[in-house]
Amino acid sequence: MRTEVRFSGVGGQGIVLAGRLLGKAAALFDGKHAVCTQSYGPEARGGASRADVVISDAPVDYPFVRDTDVLVVFFQEAYAKFQPSLKPGSMLILESDLVQHVDGEENYFGLPATRIAGELGSQLATNVVMLGYLIGKTNIVSRESAEESIRATVKESAVDLDLQALAAGIQRAKDDEA
Amino acid sequence: MPDNTAAKTAQPGAAARVLSGTHFMLGDHACAEGALAAGVDFFAGYPITPSTEIAEHLARRLPDVGGRFVQMEDELGSMAAIIGASAAGARSLTATSGPGFSLMMESIGLAAMMEIPCVVANVQRASPSTGLPTMVGQSDILQARWGSHGDYGVIAYCPESPQECFDLTVRAFNAADQYRVPVFILMDEVVGHMAERVVIPDATDVPFVPRKGPESAPDGDPFYCYAADEDLVPRIAHAGDGYKVHMTGLTHDERGYPALDAETHDQLINRLVDKIRMNAADIEMHDEIDLDDAETVVISLGCTARSARHAVNEARADGISCGFLRLITVWPFPEKRIRELVAKGNVKRFVVPEINLGQLRREVERLTQLPVLRLNHAGGAMPEPEKILELIRI
Repeated sequence: MRTEVRFSGVGGQGIVLAGRLLGKAAALFDGKHAVCTQSYGPEARGGASRADVVISDAPVDYPFVRDTDVLVVFFQEAYAKFQPSLKPGSMLILESDLVQHVDGEENYFGLPATRIAGELGSQLATNVVMLGYLIGKTNIVSRESAEESIRATVKESAVDLDLQALAAGIQRAKDDEA
Repeated sequence: MPDNTAAKTAQPGAAARVLSGTHFMLGDHACAEGALAAGVDFFAGYPITPSTEIAEHLARRLPDVGGRFVQMEDELGSMAAIIGASAAGARSLTATSGPGFSLMMESIGLAAMMEIPCVVANVQRASPSTGLPTMVGQSDILQARWGSHGDYGVIAYCPESPQECFDLTVRAFNAADQYRVPVFILMDEVVGHMAERVVIPDATDVPFVPRKGPESAPDGDPFYCYAADEDLVPRIAHAGDGYKVHMTGLTHDERGYPALDAETHDQLINRLVDKIRMNAADIEMHDEIDLDDAETVVISLGCTARSARHAVNEARADGISCGFLRLITVWPFPEKRIRELVAKGNVKRFVVPEINLGQLRREVERLTQLPVLRLNHAGGAMPEPEKILELIRI
């Protein structure tokens, strides 16, 4: 079973880190195979940024996203670019303050992740709020593995904030279910 | 379950040379960690996408473990610096991409001629010239073999994953020291910028091949610094060891003194080529899937091999007689294995997908009269498995 997740936004939103956290959670703590690839457009903050994560029970050969299962979008420009690649059944998760979606889209979820992160203390954690929401919606990795991944990756001073951001994202997903 | 205990990457002050444990790591970082595990003492480089993460990582890590990191003025200086450091006994590395690799070619020839061990990581991007800086290419394959003027031997490894970036970098240092040649880690942007699980062994399990030093003391029997042993590799005395040595890019005799005659030149250059050619069986590495009965054989390397493997497995699942030869070293090229396959008679054709316009295919065609089907992309994207599968099905 191969699951393909694409994070997209602009440089500085922590797109690549979100991908790495998810990939690491799967590959090191969930016993799966995972590959994370990235692009960085014009190589600078403010340019388009994308991270692809492919998670599978078997070794991952082709490392890029082709059949998007989940598209996580942090910015309007990225939405315009990748929205056409959605297939029927793809899940779409948007930063709802920053992205306006097309009316009538199915399987669509939005949350004001930047605001939520800001309320937790720093907008820098926006990416982890989005990651938490993705995990809450899909269970693509376990919550514990995501927490381990955060502890093993981000600097000491950011661990608490990111754990809170993860929890807030997961909670938000649960609330939306209700 | 994977071992979680050491999943954390470099911590400030931890300064371990070998980060034993299981990591989720970028290919470029795995190359840098492989160099550290192999005992790299010295890095000189000029950052260039998509290799920059190797330099960044070593700039952070090397000083903590007693090594030296120098950001040079350009790639000419970088290559010259690692040759100098290596001549003084340091395990030395530089990292670059195509444009920098071109600039290094002059001194790569010098390293080959003076038989100074050195390791160059080239994370290939779409070329020629500055090409597509952030996008994949595999078009430096022939340059790695023939890029500097004249005849000489080299070794080039082509990792397909971050794990192999680590493993093959360790191997590259050992091969450079064992054979006293420039060794290339011919990565590509996809592998360099891909994060995947990387298992780093305990420090005691990292293979280490020391350089062969002089047999006599500095004040003992005369030491001929270019007198080769049976393996065609001379013993090395380092600057500062107290031996009288002379090194030059000019044709030289066993003492290292210029000897500008045709006979000496012919002997020396033949030895430089033969020390790789004669030891090719020990150096060359490849991976195989079901080659023994295959009618179609796919040959590939680097990131392209990931798509090729997928295609071969799909084809076999569909009952197509198909095998896979993945080159781990592109130089030396697995000539013997390909000749064997051709001679056995069951192979009907080869399929060579690659991110260039036929560099690998040319090598395969040199060894067989059989059809060699091609799948080329000039760079910027890696071939998808379906495209390779289509060719296999023809």
